[in-house]
Amino acid sequence: MTAISHGAMSSASQSGWWSRNERKLIPYIFLAPFLLTFLVFTVYPAVDSFLMSFQRVRGLDNYEYVGMANYERLVTKDKRFHTALVNGAEFAAGTVLIQIPLALAVALLLNSPNVRFKVLARLAFFAPYITSAVVVGWIFTLVFEERYGLLNAALASIGIDRIGWLKDKNWVMPALIILGLWTWVGHHSLFFLAGLQNVPDDLKEAARIDGANTARVFWHITLPFLRPIFVFVTITGLIGSFSLFGQPFLLFDSGSGPQDSGLFPLMYLYFMGFENLRMGYASAIGYLLTVIILIVTGIQLLLFRIWKV
Amino acid sequence: MARKANSSSVTKPNKVNVLFLNSLVLIGIILTAVPFIYMVTASFRSQGELYSLPVTIMPREVVGQNYPKLFDDTHFILWYGNTIFTSSIRTALGVYFAALAGCAFAKYQFRFKRFFFFLVLATLTLPFHVLLIPLFIMMINFGWVGDYLAIIVPGIVGAFNIFLMRQYIESVPDELMDAARIDGASEFRIFHSVVIPLVRPALGVVAILTFVNTWNDFLWPLIVLNDPKKYLLTIGLATMDGPFDVEIGAIMAGSFLSTLPIIFIFVLMQRQIIAGLTQGAIRG
Repeated sequence: MTAISHGAMSSASQSGWWSRNERKLIPYIFLAPFLLTFLVFTVYPAVDSFLMSFQRVRGLDNYEYVGMANYERLVTKDKRFHTALVNGAEFAAGTVLIQIPLALAVALLLNSPNVRFKVLARLAFFAPYITSAVVVGWIFTLVFEERYGLLNAALASIGIDRIGWLKDKNWVMPALIILGLWTWVGHHSLFFLAGLQNVPDDLKEAARIDGANTARVFWHITLPFLRPIFVFVTITGLIGSFSLFGQPFLLFDSGSGPQDSGLFPLMYLYFMGFENLRMGYASAIGYLLTVIILIVTGIQLLLFRIWKV
Repeated sequence: MARKANSSSVTKPNKVNVLFLNSLVLIGIILTAVPFIYMVTASFRSQGELYSLPVTIMPREVVGQNYPKLFDDTHFILWYGNTIFTSSIRTALGVYFAALAGCAFAKYQFRFKRFFFFLVLATLTLPFHVLLIPLFIMMINFGWVGDYLAIIVPGIVGAFNIFLMRQYIESVPDELMDAARIDGASEFRIFHSVVIPLVRPALGVVAILTFVNTWNDFLWPLIVLNDPKKYLLTIGLATMDGPFDVEIGAIMAGSFLSTLPIIFIFVLMQRQIIAGLTQGAIRG
């Protein structure tokens, strides 16, 4: 900061070298905080993490190079990691197949000129998203409680027996997907709603005059305009699915649920790195996870590109 | 989750249809609101009532003991202050730095500009968890574990914020900046007295987004903070059933109080917040 204030002062007092070069140099000074923190807190740790993923780390100063051993173990042997990936994939499937279509439906609903309560709806649908994962976790411990929970009480009133949402390993994923719906459907729908405002009315009108029915207008005009929104919500939804942490961490009492049914990759990384202190192994999890996310994101982008054509 | 859209109603409104659509929206609102309402009402109930049948949304007996218990048995008020402190500092600095960087990208020509912008986009896509372990080790080496520097400094210049600021600052007319230059203003002066005043609403949006994110952050504070007195709200709440051993009613009281400012900010600024958030996605 001293260099910056010095520069600003001298430009005011003397019209020398600085004032001639100020405009050329100032962007670098403007970018300095970003570049500095980026180098120190992103580039360096990313490289460090990469190197560490080829090491066995015991404690904080006992490092041993083990080649691909960490990755090999993760890919071929580590059942818990595989479970975490499958859980992430299941949650992601729930996101793409249930959350996003539902969000689009809600957005279309809110976009209808006949619907009221829009301000209230916007407020309500966004509130879960800005609530911290910890609070959401605590609220849903009460919702999913087996004997005295809100959800089972509601189900009992229509004659459905108690479900062990957090205790029965087969019900953990449905429970988490319900939690996901509550948290993200509204948020995604507001994105779709913003996208819908971008669809030109005269284009829809023209298509209607040409005899296209509502379904065709929706399919051929509205939907293509929503493409960037689809790209955004599926990609963020996917990354979010594999990095789910706070909600299951709270729901399962800092654990991973019955038989790891609530274990997600980022949680596994946390358990390995910070509870078992196997930092090298945890680094390998981080990198492998990143590669998996990048590949899946790439496939998605490719699919969306095909859709465009 | 009985929400369905009937898109045909957009063109031909009839009474039954309109009623149907509106009740769907209302059901959606109620389903979203009930868990929040339950959180608030649970904070006024005894443990005995919460774990007994029948399950009701409203308290059968209103009990005020959860709030004093929360304040006496935990460091809740301390956590509240800590969270306000760290979130505010991180927001103020983060917004300022993001605006600086955004201004560089929007208003100046320089070497490596494209490369630097590529770096910004790259950090947007790089998942944070890759950095978790080495960043923690770095915090140990810096002696920042248990210190708010670990919360405030890493990642203070958010890539998404730079991205947003760049888009907003692009709309500032070059003529105004040039006029100030002719008057002999330094580039910093132009930034502070021409650019900043014109993008104040955008700064507000970026500030709120940063503030809410910091307020709600859980994993990183969980890793780097170790003194219960220095905890932030999220970690404090998460550990309440452990070391502090308070009842669920008090936990709900804490959850409610910790969510209040965020909801309040959102009610005041919802239009701007949603516009700011969705802008990036729409442009693709």
